[in-house]
Amino acid sequence: MGKYVAKRVLTSILTIWLVATITFLLMFLVPGGPFLAEKAPSAATLEALNKRFGLDQPKIVQYKNYMLNLLQGEMGESIKQRGRMVQDIIFSGFKVSARLGGIAILVAVCIGVPIGCIAAFNRGKWLDSLILFFSTLGIAVPGFVVSTVLMVIFSVKLDLLPTYGLTSFAHYIMPVSALAFYPTAYISRLMRSSMLEVLGQDYIRTARAKGLPQFKMIFKHALRNAILPVVTYLGPLLAYTLTGSVVVEKIFTIPGLGNEFISSIINRDYTMIMGTTIFLATLLIIMNMLVDIAYKIIDPRIKFK
Amino acid sequence: MRRKLALVLSLLMVAVMVMSACGTSNKPATKGTTLAVNVGPDPDTIDPALNSAVDGGTLILHAFEGLMTIDENGVPVPGQAEKYEVSSDGRVYTFHLRNGLKWSDGKALTANDFIYAWNRAIAPETAADYEYMFDVIEGYDEGKLNVTAPDDKTLVVTLKNPVPYFLELTAFPTYMPVRKDIIEANGEAWATKVETYVGNGPYKVAEWVPGSHITMTKNKDYWNYSKLGADNLKFVLMEDDTAILNAYQKGEILFADNMPNDEIDSWREKPDFHLQGQLGTYYVSFNVKKAPFDNPLVRQAFILAIDREWIVTNIGKAGQVPAGAFVSTGLSDADPSKEFRDVGGDYFDPYDYEGNLAKAKELLAQAGYPDGKGLPTIEYLYNEGSGHQAIGEALQDMWGKLGATVTLTSQEWGTFLNTRKAGDYQVARNGWLSDYNDPISMLDMWISGGGNNDAQWSNAEFDALIAKIKSTQDNAERYKLMHQAEDIIFQDWMLCPIYYYVDIYLQSEKMDGFYASPLGFKYFKFATVK
Repeated sequence: MGKYVAKRVLTSILTIWLVATITFLLMFLVPGGPFLAEKAPSAATLEALNKRFGLDQPKIVQYKNYMLNLLQGEMGESIKQRGRMVQDIIFSGFKVSARLGGIAILVAVCIGVPIGCIAAFNRGKWLDSLILFFSTLGIAVPGFVVSTVLMVIFSVKLDLLPTYGLTSFAHYIMPVSALAFYPTAYISRLMRSSMLEVLGQDYIRTARAKGLPQFKMIFKHALRNAILPVVTYLGPLLAYTLTGSVVVEKIFTIPGLGNEFISSIINRDYTMIMGTTIFLATLLIIMNMLVDIAYKIIDPRIKFK
Repeated sequence: MRRKLALVLSLLMVAVMVMSACGTSNKPATKGTTLAVNVGPDPDTIDPALNSAVDGGTLILHAFEGLMTIDENGVPVPGQAEKYEVSSDGRVYTFHLRNGLKWSDGKALTANDFIYAWNRAIAPETAADYEYMFDVIEGYDEGKLNVTAPDDKTLVVTLKNPVPYFLELTAFPTYMPVRKDIIEANGEAWATKVETYVGNGPYKVAEWVPGSHITMTKNKDYWNYSKLGADNLKFVLMEDDTAILNAYQKGEILFADNMPNDEIDSWREKPDFHLQGQLGTYYVSFNVKKAPFDNPLVRQAFILAIDREWIVTNIGKAGQVPAGAFVSTGLSDADPSKEFRDVGGDYFDPYDYEGNLAKAKELLAQAGYPDGKGLPTIEYLYNEGSGHQAIGEALQDMWGKLGATVTLTSQEWGTFLNTRKAGDYQVARNGWLSDYNDPISMLDMWISGGGNNDAQWSNAEFDALIAKIKSTQDNAERYKLMHQAEDIIFQDWMLCPIYYYVDIYLQSEKMDGFYASPLGFKYFKFATVK
């Protein structure tokens, strides 16, 4: 296990370095720059700005400087949000997004797994069709529609929930629902199909034949195997959800991280682009690693190689 | 197994809880009445020198005050300066500061704070977009402004030439004083933290959650404290138009600076709906170096062949004004009671589409393209956005009536700016907002080689006129020359105006005492909640 983890950590560092290098190269291939605006700054100002952020130096020097700073844990200063450090922006946004995303995933797992199981046990019956209907809806309807519809119904029409901010429990209800909508539906579909597969296997038939109580059979034997695809899905889901959603954050005015991914690219805020990309890549790698370890715990047949 | 699953889940829960605990709780930092408004999303910066956005400017104008401030009629009135004198040649302004002026941390404010702030704004190491706002002051070209403080309460400013709008400039966000000691100790980060963001304005920042809100409370050291409105101003940093409208409808904000275009029609008749002229023009840039737009006749034909009324009614919808010239409505003339636009008149009648179209066809024939025959395919470039696309489609159709084949190309914002600036286009969407109430702000951009001269246009006579305008001492003469400069633009027909911008906003009837300036800044300092 120790050797396995060490190997994983090493390849992870290599992957992150590759991601950083490729992003660095691609970023400068995109036309435009951080200082272009409808009103162009004067040539002298532009020169001063480039100098201020070290963009006047050859790309290879910029790359070297960036990587050296990164090794020391410094992601530099945001070019667009003057006076703010990239890591500060990322961590303050991540705290909010992760809290919201974490709750949403918890909700998605707690609802998605049981209803997936229920659908599997009632295969072909009306309950299965009903769940199928809702989960298809959940997968098909985009987040901004869910968010807007929720807001119009619960805030504007019924006047029950606040439209912006995150100061109380009531503030969390709509953004969490909007974020959990898709993963709940997806998890329930995954759970249903894998549960059906497991239920058809010999050892379940044996358990049934032995007269094991339904409840025990499901939770002790079937669920353990059936939940594996859900765990696989949880890795990337966690990474993407914890880093926030642009749509939900914009609609509910949430100071999260999601928006930074898009706005940094639109603004050509080079240091922010690097920072957010490296952060997301690192998180993805860590989550996938955790998933692999969780696999081993759930299914002892899986061996680390 | 259940135990293990429960373990995994509870670990996840613990992680979430830990993260929740890490989060800052939004403690109520404020007491008394709170006025919640939206003027824009999270500002990139609220450092007076670095900001170049209108919404950022509004925030700055509540935390700071210049020598002058703008009143509800859009006129500069004494702010931090109690009075001022102007020398007979109009070049030297002497400002006398009020007694007992203080910063929000209690320190005394002196004339030197202005000198520091202004020189900081033009310093190359500050790298401020709006440093050119100071180019009217002597010493700007040398990097040291001719601004002196004979004593702590007196500021003497020497201009290169008399500038009729100088008082207005002193109320502009870039002209706010800032604290040398704080900036030297904290660098640019001073403007990102509540503790170091010390101002001299009517309000001071009490809480700032980036991406969420900025709450300001009344500054008890402000000279005009007794006149101030609500105890707290909460600027909710919303971005999504629909969300802003929802919050407004629910009464969570009493002012919305933006609303979805589709909703304008249903709000137009309501008392909440306000429309104000903006000093700016939505126009189309021709690349005068690329065929067929290197021919002035073709440019004139394309300018005339547009039904501007149709565009503002069906696409703009917000009461935009069809433009028959470039310098927008709202800018004053030599006689401040008259508008530059009224004095100058239109270069064509933007309301006579049929007549214009007939003339356009004639012009195109004269240019050697009868019924558009022989015209190359025209590519119209615009940035992504439903409004710009709709206008592009309208132009495609309207220019199609001249026999032109027009294709539409949209680019993402940053790429678009780059392409347009490089002159790598035939005809492109463009827009310009004036920085201050003086037509020169819409004219000097067209000098040969100017950074915003996307048309790649060059006209020696025009360049000479602009130089003359900038050195003329006689105000009436100056305006005469500016009219002449605009005449040259339309002798060459080098750009195609579409409409003059308007600013729309929703203001609740529960709020009183609010006003907006023609530059788009919103003033809530005297606003009260009923």
